[in-house]
Amino acid sequence: MPLKQVFTKEEIERAITRISHEIIENNKGVKGLAIVGIRTRGYVLAERIATVINNLYGTKLDVGALDITFYRDDLSAISEQPVIHNTEIDFDIENKNIVLVDDVLYTGRTIRCGLDALIDFGRPKTIQLAVLIDRGHRELPIRADYVGKNIPTSQKELVQVKLQETDNEDSVTIEETGE
Amino acid sequence: MTKKKTAKWIHKDLLGLEYLSKEDIELLLDTAESFREILDRKIKKVPALRGKTVVNLFYEPSTRTRVSFEVAAKRLSADVINIAVESSSVKKGETLNDTGKNIEALKADIIVVRHNCSGAANMLARNVNISVINAGDGWHEHPTQALLDMFTLRKKTGKLEGLNVSIVGDIAHSRVARSNIWGLTKFGANVTVCAPDILIPPGIEKMNVKITDDIDEALSEADAINVLRMQFERDDMKAFPSQLEYFKKFGITDDRLKKAKKGIIVMHPGPINRGVEISSEVADGANSVILEQVTNGIAVRMAVLFWVAQVRDKEKKDEIGY
Repeated sequence: MPLKQVFTKEEIERAITRISHEIIENNKGVKGLAIVGIRTRGYVLAERIATVINNLYGTKLDVGALDITFYRDDLSAISEQPVIHNTEIDFDIENKNIVLVDDVLYTGRTIRCGLDALIDFGRPKTIQLAVLIDRGHRELPIRADYVGKNIPTSQKELVQVKLQETDNEDSVTIEETGE
Repeated sequence: MTKKKTAKWIHKDLLGLEYLSKEDIELLLDTAESFREILDRKIKKVPALRGKTVVNLFYEPSTRTRVSFEVAAKRLSADVINIAVESSSVKKGETLNDTGKNIEALKADIIVVRHNCSGAANMLARNVNISVINAGDGWHEHPTQALLDMFTLRKKTGKLEGLNVSIVGDIAHSRVARSNIWGLTKFGANVTVCAPDILIPPGIEKMNVKITDDIDEALSEADAINVLRMQFERDDMKAFPSQLEYFKKFGITDDRLKKAKKGIIVMHPGPINRGVEISSEVADGANSVILEQVTNGIAVRMAVLFWVAQVRDKEKKDEIGY
């Protein structure tokens, strides 16, 4: 099936820079701000966003990684064995403004898990959501505060985000699956 | 980022480390690492086993293992039911298999069983379709204890391969020793067992271990020692003169540790008998990881409960013959 590139390396970079600025604008600065990414690619994006903000403001933002495997509602239904990563949030999230980051926003179920997982660490002041791609087809009342790009898709299509740190390249492609 | 190849988990039950591959054990230890982090959180609970029911069926007195399993199941949001045999219909003559089938009919998902007969967990697993976890059967295996020992060792030293581990004490009556030997040797650790002659079971050399009755020899090369409890309440232990005699010859003391490798790790499955197999200075000393073992035990048992619960086709028994 043909692969269609929908987001290039440069576009990803620009989107991350823009999202970083929007985060600062929305939160009126960096006070009480922390970034938490969902494993694995959300965490990579979280680190990139933090780097952009740190370079702009000379800050050292707290960055955390969240593994949501144990919060999934489809554990007994998925055919593939889940891969478990570690959750690493070594700062207090109490009363912070947390930006939760993931690569693709689709049904919203992953984000629901992410919210539950995050709230088990304490009570943040706010949780905001940043995603690189919003592809639609929500199954839960969840929306993103910061979006790299909206890509209308059909449910037959597969959106794949690749990032340098995990996949040795930066790109977003859409693949038509046969189903 | 390195992608780790993980084993595909296929086991409905956990009966012993003999039946697991190195990759299976690695998956359990890695998963336990994730669960270990949860135990340090403010809210020590994840919803992974919500709606599942775990039954603790204990035919032998046990506080620490039962409580550890209970805490582990609750941290995973499972419901836990404890059946103490003293107060159950087993007293009225019900067999283990019938009890198991009744628990299955109550729609429980996992039975954690402790029994004084070797092979009891295996038999139960063959006769019910729900998952069975062996929490110690006779002198056979106590897999979760060995897993938590290995987890603690790996956390302390980084790897198990090439590690010199000495197991000291009543090897003959010890399911902890057997499970540890199965597990550690699969990872290429060098295991030495040390005990008075009467407590070395015949045939143990076939398990690929070194045997000695000299405690100083067992300590000389060891990176870690696992000190077993002396079960003096057993009748056949009358063969050994006295607790003091044992302490003099085999007790782990500061003086003996001074001659061992610096930083030697001292483990004990508990409950400890101070002044019998281990001195108080050692049990409470810098080398002791005895209380860390207790905490790690919860994480390891969470990993076991989590993975056996993921096996959906419970009707299909393990390919491995037990």
